Amino acid sequence: MADYTFKIQRFNPDKDKKPHYEEYTIPLEQTDRVLDGLNEIKWTQDGTLTYRRSCAHGVCGSDAMRINGRNRLACKVLIKEVGSNHITIEPMLGFTVIKDLVVDLEPFFEKYRSIAPYLINDSPPGETERLQSPEDRARYDDGTKCILCAACTTSCPPFWANKEFVGPAAIVNAHRFIFDSRDQGAEDRLAVLNTKNGVWRCRTVFNCTDACPRDIEITRAIEDVKRTLLFGK
Amino acid sequence: MAALQSSKLGNVAVLSKLYPARSHTGAAQGGIGAALGNMEEDHWEWHMFDTVKGGDYLVDQDAAEVMCREAVDTVIELEHMGLPFSRTPEGKIAQRRFGGHTKNYGAAPVMRSCYAADRTGHMILQTLYQQGIKNEVQFYNEYLVIDLLVNGDGQCCGVVALNLLDSEIHTFHAKAVFFATGGFGRIFKVTSNALALTGDGVIVAARRGIPLEDMEFFQFHPTGIYRLGILISEAARGEGGILLNNDGERFMERYAPTLKDLAPRDVVSRCMFQEIREGRGIGGKDYVHLDLRHLGRKVLDEKIPDITDFMRVYQGLEPERDLIPTHPTAHYAMGGIPTNFDAEVILDDKDTPMPGFYAAGECACVSIHGANRLGTNSLVDIVVFGRRGGKKMAEFMRENDLPALPPNPDGAARDLVDRLLHGTGTESVGAIRAEMQQVMFDEAFVVRNGAGLRKCADTIRGLKERYARAGIQDHSRTFNTDLMEAIELGFMLDCAELVAAGALAREESRGGHYREDFPTRDDVNWLKHTLAYLEPEGVRMASKPVTITRFEPKERVY
Repeated sequence: MADYTFKIQRFNPDKDKKPHYEEYTIPLEQTDRVLDGLNEIKWTQDGTLTYRRSCAHGVCGSDAMRINGRNRLACKVLIKEVGSNHITIEPMLGFTVIKDLVVDLEPFFEKYRSIAPYLINDSPPGETERLQSPEDRARYDDGTKCILCAACTTSCPPFWANKEFVGPAAIVNAHRFIFDSRDQGAEDRLAVLNTKNGVWRCRTVFNCTDACPRDIEITRAIEDVKRTLLFGK
Repeated sequence: MAALQSSKLGNVAVLSKLYPARSHTGAAQGGIGAALGNMEEDHWEWHMFDTVKGGDYLVDQDAAEVMCREAVDTVIELEHMGLPFSRTPEGKIAQRRFGGHTKNYGAAPVMRSCYAADRTGHMILQTLYQQGIKNEVQFYNEYLVIDLLVNGDGQCCGVVALNLLDSEIHTFHAKAVFFATGGFGRIFKVTSNALALTGDGVIVAARRGIPLEDMEFFQFHPTGIYRLGILISEAARGEGGILLNNDGERFMERYAPTLKDLAPRDVVSRCMFQEIREGRGIGGKDYVHLDLRHLGRKVLDEKIPDITDFMRVYQGLEPERDLIPTHPTAHYAMGGIPTNFDAEVILDDKDTPMPGFYAAGECACVSIHGANRLGTNSLVDIVVFGRRGGKKMAEFMRENDLPALPPNPDGAARDLVDRLLHGTGTESVGAIRAEMQQVMFDEAFVVRNGAGLRKCADTIRGLKERYARAGIQDHSRTFNTDLMEAIELGFMLDCAELVAAGALAREESRGGHYREDFPTRDDVNWLKHTLAYLEPEGVRMASKPVTITRFEPKERVY
């Protein structure tokens, strides 16, 4: 056990005009998660501290936030990985802050819905499964890992500059269906991504790939879509 | 699944405490059982036998038959919806071995678990959410349901929910209500469950007079990551992983000569406990080792990539090289809101349904899991009974008018919220919760006894008295998670009380419920379901019979 100082951006719209920082010192083990630190503060020092969390092991996507300046899931970063006794925690950038570390995700899910994130195939499927070779299945595997945590989109400089940009998460999910051999909706999705707020706003910064807690090669997926738009599938 | 089915015929809204894609179904790893026979011969009757035997014969066999038969079509339907299953070389849905699943009525393990790497639950959740978007289901995200509305005619007519965003209380007036609210593993200190799994749905129903069925049966999964409780899927053993004690012995060979490490979860957890108690835990401590070293990098990275990642991230271990410290973790509630196999909620011991109220998944008790759920059957349960119940509810909605609301429908919910938000209580929610989790872990875990359970029940009663004087620090209206956690603690304390009462009442050992003072199964007195009524003066116990059709109870040997 050692003492760690969490410097956390706070904002309560019921009383604050703008955000400010508060510091808390708590004892933690090296192997604790940053989320354990937040819980410890909330449960023993300050119940007003507000953040989303659920599964606590990196699969539900609730607790994406900026940890020492980088988008991470608080439940997937161990204290020892932070490399310092001072940990700064701020909400993700680019969405309206509702309270403390909670941001408004409605615009994020609106972008997700815009690319028709569901299998489109109107032909009758028959009595058994549609066949798909392991190779065809592997073609879109990476994107299926997405947990919609928004860490990628909120780390993207073109998105910060222009909130109309559909963003990396929506493109990854479009990619997941465009390259699924069972799907017939690629044309419509590619049309959405070929507009001025589609893939062409991507500047290949790689922040999204760095931010992804599921290790999805997001920039590669975006490049895949760009290439398909230029040269076909 | 239920919303999808019913949205085709009616106007459906989904209320969810979390964004829907964050629900704990997404954490299910290993697969969904269905006798597709893609890898080797298999039959739904074999699946049914395994389910009944796995549940230590407390399974209602009519329901198990429905589930195992319909699992096949339901899995195919999920594939048609776009679920990205892993594939065989011929392009069919891939299947693998899983604990307690056998061929030919127990002869040998069978490959029945249909999987998408070790992210099967994630893929099911994503696919159903995607289909919900496609079918324009209306979602109310981050609404906490705190009351169930039942009118003077005994008809369910809606729910009352707290919108987390602004703390407004909303009454949803509906022809029918379907609960798929999950379990309550958070009553225990060590659990694989998400922080959100606090028993909201089951207790909202219980507080409206619905008895809860078989609450004493909780599954402790053998392979939780040491201390954290994060789950290492049974798929790790399905792919060939084995358990070792301090002597390096594969101890499961001694206890279950046929299925060995793939015996059902209750059996393996108890054996681990036994090894630890007899001093063969690693270094004399309270854990054993999971050995995956022989599986090779390809299997680790392709077949079980997420759990390989968990071991790297949370333990700093490389499963190709290191042994993995594991111990049992509270995983799954077999009990819950009683339903029939059309997901209609049952009110009493005579199979009387409550008009307009449905439930499926972990919050419900059909009962297809009996005293111990088989691996993969939780996912089978949610999709089969979600689908059946959704269809049944759609019919009900078509045939019935909107029922009258009871007077002052949101009164009880407002009282609850006002007491916590504006009250002057000083007892700490965090402290009460920690004490509850500790006593449930100490006295109501893998091994139980009468004295411990009495102590547990007394402690919970005391904590409930303190909870009546609980106060919170956040009094704001916006996104008040302090308030949410205080409400959730009330639900958890009621769950804990019901579990302890059921465990104390059931003087035998069966499936996940092991009493060291009554170490054997007692079919003469206890081949029956318990019903527990949550009443102000305490828990009132009743019972109802088990439905037995094809398979007479036998001794359970693996």
